[in-house]
Amino acid sequence: MSEIERLKKKLNRGQITRREFLSRMSAISATAVLPAMYSGDAVAGPQKGGRIRAALAHGSTTDSLDPATYENGYMSVVNYAIQNHLGEVDETGAMVPELAESWEVANGAKTWVFNLRKGVEFHNGKSLDSDDVIASFQHHMGETKSPAKSLLEQVDSMRADGKHKVIFELTGGNSDFSYIAGDYHISIKPSKDGKIDATDGIGTGGYLLQDYEPGVRSFFTRNPNYWKEGRGHFDEVELLSIIDPTARTNALTTGEVDVMDRVDLKTAHLLARKPGIKVEETTGTKHYTFPMRTDTAPFDDNNVRMALKHAINRDEVVEKVLYGHGVVGNDHPIAPANPFHAATLEQRTYDPDKAKFYASKAGGNIKVQLSAADAAFPGAVDAAVLYRESAAVAGIDIEVVREPNDGYWSNVWMKKPWGACYWGGRPTEDWMFSTAYKGGGSWNDTFWAHELFDHLLIEARAETDQEIRRQMYFTMQQIVRDQGGVVVPMFANYVFAMADKVQHGPLAGNWDMDGTKFLERWWFA
Amino acid sequence: MFSLLKVVAQRIALGLLTLFIVSIFIAFVVELLPGDITQAILGQSATPETVAAFRAELGIDRPAPERYFDWLKGMLTGDMGKSLANKREISELVGRRLSNTLFLGGFAAAIAIPLSLILGMLAALYRNSVFDRGVNLFTLISISFPEFFVAYILILFLSVKAGWFPGISNISKDLPLGDRLFRSLLPAATLTLVVVAHMMRMTRAAIINLLSSPYIEMAQLKGVRPIRVILHHALPNAWGPVVNVVALNLAYLVVGVVVVEVVFVYPGLGQLLVDSVSKRDVPVVQACSMIFAGVYILLNLFADIVSIVTNPRLLHPR
Repeated sequence: MSEIERLKKKLNRGQITRREFLSRMSAISATAVLPAMYSGDAVAGPQKGGRIRAALAHGSTTDSLDPATYENGYMSVVNYAIQNHLGEVDETGAMVPELAESWEVANGAKTWVFNLRKGVEFHNGKSLDSDDVIASFQHHMGETKSPAKSLLEQVDSMRADGKHKVIFELTGGNSDFSYIAGDYHISIKPSKDGKIDATDGIGTGGYLLQDYEPGVRSFFTRNPNYWKEGRGHFDEVELLSIIDPTARTNALTTGEVDVMDRVDLKTAHLLARKPGIKVEETTGTKHYTFPMRTDTAPFDDNNVRMALKHAINRDEVVEKVLYGHGVVGNDHPIAPANPFHAATLEQRTYDPDKAKFYASKAGGNIKVQLSAADAAFPGAVDAAVLYRESAAVAGIDIEVVREPNDGYWSNVWMKKPWGACYWGGRPTEDWMFSTAYKGGGSWNDTFWAHELFDHLLIEARAETDQEIRRQMYFTMQQIVRDQGGVVVPMFANYVFAMADKVQHGPLAGNWDMDGTKFLERWWFA
Repeated sequence: MFSLLKVVAQRIALGLLTLFIVSIFIAFVVELLPGDITQAILGQSATPETVAAFRAELGIDRPAPERYFDWLKGMLTGDMGKSLANKREISELVGRRLSNTLFLGGFAAAIAIPLSLILGMLAALYRNSVFDRGVNLFTLISISFPEFFVAYILILFLSVKAGWFPGISNISKDLPLGDRLFRSLLPAATLTLVVVAHMMRMTRAAIINLLSSPYIEMAQLKGVRPIRVILHHALPNAWGPVVNVVALNLAYLVVGVVVVEVVFVYPGLGQLLVDSVSKRDVPVVQACSMIFAGVYILLNLFADIVSIVTNPRLLHPR
């Protein structure tokens, strides 16, 4: 409900237009109103017990329990079932303490002190202390393939101060370091001689891993010793990997499972009509993009980029590619769910006249190739074709090049001048911008470098006054929108379905299925 | 008998040679695929440094022939190696899947082979009758539809509408046999529908072919009952071609069921192979291919032996 209240306030203050209000409301109404109705019924609160069976669209025989290799939704669920982190993202999108009891920031956000929770035990009986935290972080630093490695490069040193305090010294100030420290890869595991056993499946989480067959199923029982109050309600958990969407839907409709993720958007409305099943969705930070290489002609000319940004019909793409399960994007990667989202920034719309205007400034005819494959995001090829049609109205000639799904990320993305891409998004502005928009960054897929932007990025990171940070991030969103190399036509919702007996509180939108923490947060009526 | 053993030994030697050639071919083809396991696993996060670190960790920065001979050496000493992706022993990874696949294949064969032989004999016996036409029509229809369609039809009627069977085959290792059979009945039925036509029509054709031979006419003239003519006089001579077709279909039940596995979420070997190819996990691809090739070779060998035993003339080719 908070999102609706927020929007209402913004409308009253005139921060957003009435049209924007309506479109946002329709996007979130399915999310927010339904659970509000259900939670009104379920006054009794969470119940313990039951065996939940979930069908997940990910999972592969090549998966591993090593936190440095977590790369898909299945492993994220397993991760959150068996392990905890220093902090977790709550349903409002804020990072709150988890295994850390609290944290203190000092020295211009360069020194971070994490006070660990006392009396927490791992599944093997070991008590949580500072050494475990340091070993767990070290697993992602130095010679490693961990995706968290680049995030932790800012850590200058870590040291334990007693058994329940870890002090991080950063190379530069970062007000958002708590979000980095709570990243899902950095699971806290028991250490032995200063090292963790990455694949032992042992953590402090709400469930004990009993059986794990990669790419097929895993089985858990409740951790009777779980430290977190009011979490981890199911007695037993069975996670199935069902990649085929039809099979997944069948599993839910025939009662073989209680929960499924990634509802097939084409048939979501039919599934919702089925008695005994509810379909829910959250708008998170996941967005689909068309990044242009700003170091390559003709995309090095901002007029060409602006012409193309005005040449896509965002509403149509949301309607036809996402089947309405999403919201339009404003050519910057910051989602409404992010803390400093610039809601007052004017929404860019489809405007063939403006596109023509910028095209003529760029010297007339624009003729470009757009590489797309469904590996980039489901429906990427369709979106590209829609783009071609709407751009043709403005006299812009887009040739859609269909690329193979195999090897898309290594051979097409960041190689071809213009392609399609998806981002799961990041919980903070700094994280998102540093990952993909900072000049020279390794995932800067637009090869874009902007002096003022890069300068603001460093400034805002170390700034501790939240109001000043807000203004800085607003400016940065505007710079990306008007000068950046990325077209962000849409934010895609997470759509999932469950049997009626499955109950939940307010849903977090940072990842799929309640921040991927449904095993810990949901319960049976 | 000695000459039969000689033929078998020859066939086994040839089979091993085939396996060797297949393994070279697979290694070569996987090498041709774009990208490698590091890029496939890291996906979007494949920066040059992480890829290089990962490659060095897995030891795949060495040249391809060197890796192949290492693998071959391991294979000859019975060590299938470890999966590159999750470092689990391949023998353990494959073992569970292989037993699942063999179980499903065996279950389907246990229904399909008797069914198609009986239907084939009955169709031959009552050839050109309404029964014959009906059986032919039905089996031809069921083989003509793609298997996923047959599977979805079965799920729709028997599972979604009627609710008699589970819509997916959720098999775990400690499931009692009865539950296991119950949960894999729909996939087995799908496979049965797909393979029955081929075997049934071969049985029918082979028997009808023999029924026009003079010795069958003799039997009929003696007044032997039609069912006895078929079982005692025609069938023994029809085994050769029938067993060949049966072997071919059995091989299909083991190696060609990946679509059915996907639809019913059955944890078999096909799914493992698809996963491993898409992740470029070469040792697992090799292991699966060896098993599949081995199954083909063994079943063909078996069919040949049965043909020779039932028709000793084949031992002395002119």
